[in-house]
Amino acid sequence: MADENRKIAFICSKGDLDMAYPALIMSWAALGNGIDVTIFFTFWGLDLVNKKRVDKLELAPVANTSFKLSMMGLPTGNLGIPNVMGALPGMTAFASWFMKKKMDELEVPPVREYIEMLHDAGAHLYGCKMTVDMFDMKEEDFLDELDGIVTAGDFMDMTEGAQIIFI
Amino acid sequence: MALDNIAFNDEGYMTDPNVWNKEIAVELAKKEGIELTDAHWKVIEFCRESAKDSGKAPTLRQITKGVGITTKELFGLFPKGPAKKVAKIAGLGKPEGCV
Repeated sequence: MADENRKIAFICSKGDLDMAYPALIMSWAALGNGIDVTIFFTFWGLDLVNKKRVDKLELAPVANTSFKLSMMGLPTGNLGIPNVMGALPGMTAFASWFMKKKMDELEVPPVREYIEMLHDAGAHLYGCKMTVDMFDMKEEDFLDELDGIVTAGDFMDMTEGAQIIFI
Repeated sequence: MALDNIAFNDEGYMTDPNVWNKEIAVELAKKEGIELTDAHWKVIEFCRESAKDSGKAPTLRQITKGVGITTKELFGLFPKGPAKKVAKIAGLGKPEGCV
């Protein structure tokens, strides 16, 4: 098959709930189609594999221009949520809860389960050494599915010939 | 040959799931380099049942949940791209879901 050796690598740099999913969903699709997958978690992206953070990822409605009232099923067209409303206590928690609920309805698993699925399906998962050092994190802070903490140079060596996608 | 007179689309999926039978599955699996065991049949039968109800090939997560096997087991049974391989062998179209 022509695509037998196709390789994809994702660099996950964001720890928001909405920015966690693109790499997870595309990695799963890639593995299902026989494509090799490597994911490099750097900066806030390390939250996706941090034991204490992975179940607490959030979606902030403030300064998010795509956030519209109509997403909650209200017939309000293009009307956004005013930033001042989004800044009220509890709004981030509400938005995060809402997104998790919608994902659950679509049978999309939570991030922790996704990481486990990807690992079991053969994806290679690595943390960024510089970020780990900068935030004084340790290897035991991360999920067992993480294959290791590596440098940017290591990542480059591991992904030779891969299509690299930065998120 | 079980595969004589069977129509496939450009991507290699059977165009009519209704003409599928077990002999066809065995031949299609061989083409993918897979010798079917009881564990494979459990997955294939689940996919056939699921497609009968919904008209769509199930996604990988629906398969692992429905059959009660782990992701590792599924990728072990159908290595290198189970989403495509299972759907092809079960005579179904490409899975439409993302998970």
